Amino acid sequence: MERNQLRRQLAVMRQSLFDQGFLDEQFIQLEELQDDANPNFVEEIVTLEKSPLDFNKLDSYMHHIGAKKVKAESTHFREYCKAGNAEGCLRTFQQLKKEYTTLKKKLEAYFQMARQAGPKEIAGRSK
Amino acid sequence: MNIGGGAKVSNMRALVVDDNMVNQTIHHRLLQNLGIENQVVKNGKEAVDVHSSGKYFDLILMDMDMPIMNGIEATRTLRAMGIRSTIAGVSTRSLDQEKQEFMEAGLDDYQEKPLTKAKLVSILHKINHSG
Repeated sequence: MERNQLRRQLAVMRQSLFDQGFLDEQFIQLEELQDDANPNFVEEIVTLEKSPLDFNKLDSYMHHIGAKKVKAESTHFREYCKAGNAEGCLRTFQQLKKEYTTLKKKLEAYFQMARQAGPKEIAGRSK
Repeated sequence: MNIGGGAKVSNMRALVVDDNMVNQTIHHRLLQNLGIENQVVKNGKEAVDVHSSGKYFDLILMDMDMPIMNGIEATRTLRAMGIRSTIAGVSTRSLDQEKQEFMEAGLDDYQEKPLTKAKLVSILHKINHSG
């Protein structure tokens, strides 16, 4: 596929991640650390925590990458657990896992397209 | 490089103290992006050891929760050693009591994670204003 077309598709995909609430401003903070010397910095960070060993690590990691929906579910999960609501705790944990899996797939697709599009594919840092 | 307010970060050296690889990488890159040479260690004991070896840093970014020696203990130890570098606590903890304990250990500043460029610049301004 022609490179410019790929880059346009990539920009659309990126914008949809923000519009659909999957990502927030923190993701842009990571993008701003990317440059010619570190062209894949965002992908490196996102893939660094391959399988978070515990909830606290996952929570911290999601804050770092700007995973908005996952952060929200994480907050709900904490609240239910803190309240001792076992049913709510389990339900929100399942939802948290679902959101995490969804985000992971979307970001994998995004970075795959970014690699195909080549450098400077982050068109317009605006949200 | 100027970070505004007439502050310069050239020749500045920083130490990142954090056990989490994601945090290490982001903080290292944030500092690098501002032109600040920096070193990364993974717990408070390593931070103390690197100072004991004679190294000096203008800025120390100190995580709170770390194995072997946490940020609170490391900060207290460094201050007891006479280290007067700017130490900024960087943590996910947001309870006032925990933050207070960390500050009382000898911090010059405290920022909640995730650390951003804006937060880092605000820390750097403190170094230059107090230096």
